[in-house]
Amino acid sequence: MAVTYKLIQTVTVGSGGAASIDFTSIPQTYTDLLVVYSARTSRSAVYDAFRLTFNGSTTNYSSKYLQGNGSSASSFSGSTSFVSCYVNGATSTSNTFSNNAFYIPNYTSSTYKSLSGEHLYETNATAADMFLTAGLWSNTAAITSISVTSDVGATIVQYSSASLYGIKNS
Amino acid sequence: MPATYEPIATTTLGTTQNQVDFNTISGSYTDLILIFNGGVTSTGDIWLRMNSDTGSNYSRTRLTGDGSTAASTRNSAASSIFISAGTVGATANAIISIQNYSNATTYKTTLARFNSSTYAVASTGLWRSTSAITSLSLRADSADTFTSGSIFTLYGIKAA
Repeated sequence: MAVTYKLIQTVTVGSGGAASIDFTSIPQTYTDLLVVYSARTSRSAVYDAFRLTFNGSTTNYSSKYLQGNGSSASSFSGSTSFVSCYVNGATSTSNTFSNNAFYIPNYTSSTYKSLSGEHLYETNATAADMFLTAGLWSNTAAITSISVTSDVGATIVQYSSASLYGIKNS
Repeated sequence: MPATYEPIATTTLGTTQNQVDFNTISGSYTDLILIFNGGVTSTGDIWLRMNSDTGSNYSRTRLTGDGSTAASTRNSAASSIFISAGTVGATANAIISIQNYSNATTYKTTLARFNSSTYAVASTGLWRSTSAITSLSLRADSADTFTSGSIFTLYGIKAA
């Protein structure tokens, strides 16, 4: 049986932290991509929002979010410069890292790229948020790199990690 | 690495089409995942049916966000499971998980995510049948079609 769900790369942040997590030179041999994050930043807040971008581009994004915090649900639209990915900040419960996943179908196609995201940052408090994301990058270029940075330029702390998987339909 | 994540079939539309079927699905997997990436030509929804059953044998719950409002809707005794919400548009995707689809003892349930430029959606579905699922149909509204170039892939996952 062919291997159709394959780990491409894992990045684990070392001591001192990192300004970004980048996957570059992504192979163009798969059908879909799945990228998962477990992350925390030095932002002095319960949460931070990674800015996820493709191919270094900061234009032509759109996104819708569905958010629940344990007591209410809401929806909002995102930036045109990136798609957000919510992770733990420095004031959330210590040793707690976020859980995030983005599925990107047909990332090599010449059509616009839609993506499906799911995120949560847990913390030992009354409220903690989870998000569902519908993202769109209105660009016909194949995705060759994926990058995330803190929304406020905070450091991505040690032990944060990200893994990129490739999925083939044949 | 789950070496049991296996592609069963892929369909890429060369022309517009109202419905895409996966037939004679093997019962040798534990779960199924159906991936849709594409669009519809008009303003309708996308729906899922099992084994060509058009009866009122489905229940469905949907959680939606359109950028300003979060909402939930539910129907019982429905004739299909809804996957999308609002206008699907030209570029959307859906990830549909169907657990324990081949057992002949219990009713079948689904979990789905749908994403378009206008909506983020999570939905669940129930098909009140103990029959093993041997076919799946993803369809647009009756007056609507999937766009040419839309891609549909069915994967099988084995627990062991």
